[in-house]
Amino acid sequence: MSNIPENLKYAESHEWVHDEGDGTVTVGISDHAQELLGDLVFVELPETGAKLKAGDESAVVESVKAASDVYSPVDGEVIETNELLADSPEAINEAPYDNWIFKLKLSNPVQLDELLDAAAYASLVKAEEH
Amino acid sequence: MPFVPHTEEELWQMLDVIGVDSIEQLFDEIPGELRCGELQGLGPGLWEQEISRLMQGKARQDGQPLCFIGAGAYDHHIPAAVWQLASRGEYYTAYTPYQAEASQGTLQLLYEYQSMMTELMDMDVSNASLYDGASALAEAVLMAVRANRKSRSRRILVPANLHPHYRATVQTLVKNQGIELVEIPYDRSTGQTDLQALVQHTGQDLAALVVPQPNFFGVLENVDALTEWARANAALSIAVVNPLAMAVLRPPGEWGKQGADICCGDGQPLGAPLSSGGPYFGFLCSKQTLVRQMPGRIIGRTVDLDGKEGFALTLQAREQHIRRSKATSNICTNQGLMVTAATIHMSLIGADGLIRIAGRCHSNLQLLVEKLTSLDEIEPLFSGPVFHETVLRLPLEPQRVLRTLAAHNILGGYNLAKHYPELGNALLVCATENHNQGDMDKYRLKMEQVLTSRRQGACATMAKFD
Amino acid sequence: MDELIPRTQTLIMLIFEHSKSGRRAQAQAPMADDGLSGIPDDLKRKRKPRLPEVSEMQAVRHYTRLSQKNFSIDTQFYPLGSCTMKYNPRACNTLAMLPGLINRHPLAPDSHSQGFLSTMYELQEILKEVTGMSAVSLAPMAGAQGEFAGIAMIRAYHDALGDTGRTEILVPDAAHGTNPATAVMCGYKAREIPSKADGDVDMDALEAALGPQTAGIMLTNPSTLGVFERRIKEIAGRVHEAGGLLYYDGANLNAILGRVRPGDMGFDVIHMNLHKTFSTPHGGGGPGAGPVGVSKRLQPFLPIPMVGTDGHDYHWLSEEQCPQSIGRLSAFAGNAGILLRAYVYAKMLGAEGMQRVADYSTLNANYMLKRLMDAGFTAAYPQRRATHEFIITLKNEARELGINAMDFAKRLLDYGIHAPTTYFPLLVPECFLIEPTETEAKESLDAFIDAMIKIREEARTDAKRVRGAPYTLPVRRLDDVRAARELDLRWQAEEEEERA
Repeated sequence: MSNIPENLKYAESHEWVHDEGDGTVTVGISDHAQELLGDLVFVELPETGAKLKAGDESAVVESVKAASDVYSPVDGEVIETNELLADSPEAINEAPYDNWIFKLKLSNPVQLDELLDAAAYASLVKAEEH
Repeated sequence: MPFVPHTEEELWQMLDVIGVDSIEQLFDEIPGELRCGELQGLGPGLWEQEISRLMQGKARQDGQPLCFIGAGAYDHHIPAAVWQLASRGEYYTAYTPYQAEASQGTLQLLYEYQSMMTELMDMDVSNASLYDGASALAEAVLMAVRANRKSRSRRILVPANLHPHYRATVQTLVKNQGIELVEIPYDRSTGQTDLQALVQHTGQDLAALVVPQPNFFGVLENVDALTEWARANAALSIAVVNPLAMAVLRPPGEWGKQGADICCGDGQPLGAPLSSGGPYFGFLCSKQTLVRQMPGRIIGRTVDLDGKEGFALTLQAREQHIRRSKATSNICTNQGLMVTAATIHMSLIGADGLIRIAGRCHSNLQLLVEKLTSLDEIEPLFSGPVFHETVLRLPLEPQRVLRTLAAHNILGGYNLAKHYPELGNALLVCATENHNQGDMDKYRLKMEQVLTSRRQGACATMAKFD
Repeated sequence: MDELIPRTQTLIMLIFEHSKSGRRAQAQAPMADDGLSGIPDDLKRKRKPRLPEVSEMQAVRHYTRLSQKNFSIDTQFYPLGSCTMKYNPRACNTLAMLPGLINRHPLAPDSHSQGFLSTMYELQEILKEVTGMSAVSLAPMAGAQGEFAGIAMIRAYHDALGDTGRTEILVPDAAHGTNPATAVMCGYKAREIPSKADGDVDMDALEAALGPQTAGIMLTNPSTLGVFERRIKEIAGRVHEAGGLLYYDGANLNAILGRVRPGDMGFDVIHMNLHKTFSTPHGGGGPGAGPVGVSKRLQPFLPIPMVGTDGHDYHWLSEEQCPQSIGRLSAFAGNAGILLRAYVYAKMLGAEGMQRVADYSTLNANYMLKRLMDAGFTAAYPQRRATHEFIITLKNEARELGINAMDFAKRLLDYGIHAPTTYFPLLVPECFLIEPTETEAKESLDAFIDAMIKIREEARTDAKRVRGAPYTLPVRRLDDVRAARELDLRWQAEEEEERA
């Protein structure tokens, strides 16, 4: 069973969102997602300044056997990307919740309420495993 | 039964294991209405001697003319060892190296190919080949559109002196993706891309500029100015080059201050016979930063479980079998066997050999031009420097001249009338190391006869003599 | 996570490492350097490219030895599903290389091309007949380019009718990855249609997906699941009623050659993989050839060039004769040398030989399927006939023995058999797609089955050993993760010197 921290929100497409409380959020992919992908070999980061809508393709995580889009969980502008991942994509495999992918400035904060909480995400993962 | 090894007895044994009475029964899921009767018009199978006679007859029909046509396909000497090796069953009948452990021969060879091409082009990375030069340019254009994040437009500047068939192919392959090809005219006196015309696009949002070297007229471009212009205008530069010429001309990696971004072309001069236009192979190289935008197979060196070096397909997540509708291209099979030949070809000939071949091509062209322009009213059309191909102005329609020469078993060049009517009586001629003095003298003599008989008003009937 | 495996001292000799500066052993280039007197200095190359400097014998030895590290049809049974790895008759190669053909310039005039042009014309006619289509273009250089041409023609057809609202191409979920990639290259959205448990297309899902936005559907029949789509006529009817066209992916034409024709199934356009069905060489990954055939209504859009005849002489058909064509796909006329090989093969088979291709490839596949099932392996579609290929799933073995499809595949290599296609189609877990082809003798098929049984035995007693396979090849399993993370895509003189 994969690790699903309580303090985060989740998208159905397996991104996690951390509300920084100052109108910005941090986004990464869940433990379950990195497990499915296997050893990551590359992360394509979004451009800083890009304006994203919820559901937009924002980044790509790539393993030897798969490549998967990372969708923006909410509307917002990319204010920072995790440059560490350019050289060490495996950091996501090692610690998916420490190694975020990008930070967004929210343009529509109420969208956070529409995301899944840890319990709801856990049941989604469980359903997928069957 | 040709190529089917089963004996009658085995057939019955196998049907018995399956539990059916006949082969017919194995097709019982196919609705009867879909079954076709005997195929019409195919005739009975031929045995090897019969098909050999048939093909020998066809081959004889096409003869072995003395050929001065280039225009994208060049008659070079191919070392005997090249196709003896490339035709080995282990190369000829293997497939894409999906099982790396059972394909180390092909994989290592492709890694060596990538190494040779990046050396020849002075670029960082090469893929393991595309179909041909024209389709490789289309892939390069798509790659540039994906890679150029500074550009929102999907506009590509393409010079009019690029091979017309390349322009047509690119148009076919990219037009459905909303990519616009904008034509840049050439300078009528030099034959080079018209820099003045290019300047009109300064400041526009462009994805890339295509830079041929040499161009379709055989003329060498001012590659530094073109590459720098592209960079100044945030457009990527795509070089389209003849790989043999790159042994002696500055390669795309050295163009301008930072080199071209992408380079491509046709690998035919490296070991592929003319063979009516194919199979050849397309090559594609780029800067390291663009490697993930590259289409096609790429081979990497790695290690095995015991730490021993080996080779494998890598960066496969770009490709259609993983990325499906988001792949960099739909390409799957490439031109592996032609690359096998090219790699062996480059190994046998080496850099010095390629330099001497390129030098002989160049000096033979000079000689040919000298001989032909010694005739009245034949002169070079452009003033720009050339490699092994050039455009001559003739005093009469090239079509008539070529027909008469062909009747004497000389293919005198490529008529530019269809694609460049503005040039008048223009003929593109090519010489390679395969021509000798005697060949060129023969061409000159026949050309002289054509011109003389025209003056005597007898050109139309000349083909009947000889 | 696994640590990267350290590189040992067991270095592979690259051709560059046989090289010695200053070695001059070639007789393959002119002896003298004529220089470049007509070219300005600033255009000339200053630094020589570092290509190998080896003797002819060193090159021959190196590449002969490399070839020996390959599996190939000529040396091993190669039951790679969906790839039709059948024997490549040597006559095809020899006859395509006859001097008049191999030295023919692509732009040679018709006066020096009648032998070649007549061959291409006859091949067009042969392919029309075997597919039941009304016209054929030989222009596409590979299957994927044939797919591109096919979908581009569908688009040109709708565009010509002013029907621009059609934005979707339907693709079954089991389809080859080239299908959705092709749809996108033609400016379409690819929409997936699920398959049912018996392998056929889900008609309800198809019905729900069809609409005024449907440009067409891409189908392979037999499908990539190794079964014949029985309701094909009905599918064709439904798609046509919705205003869409049907595209046939010819990857599996070997299964029905001379038995069933795509044109009779209702398809509007098809591509053929001549390197599969018509036995031209796979060449370590090409060149292929992917001619396209079309029904009447798509005929004006076929890619150029094609070959026509006035009943006596043969000539090219190009822009002038085909103004509505989707255009050119290559600088010249496609992979002509491959087309010549396919022609020779077709002539050697004749009508009867073509049918035997379908018959015996189907016989071989059904025989293997039955024997594997009898030995306790699990068929993905046990209630269905195999076509020329079939799928087994090794999910039970994976669960019970801890040996997955990749482990079986790698161990088969130790038994001198090339592995079948693994993990494709994506929707069958732990799968093998097995295609024996008609040219394999019963002995090869039996050897494969014996090997599978033996590997399963080994797994029961020593699973670790199977998971470590292969042992008998030039390398063991390679580190793909390292290959992708630490990109080493070319030999670099400086780095090699550092390593040494």
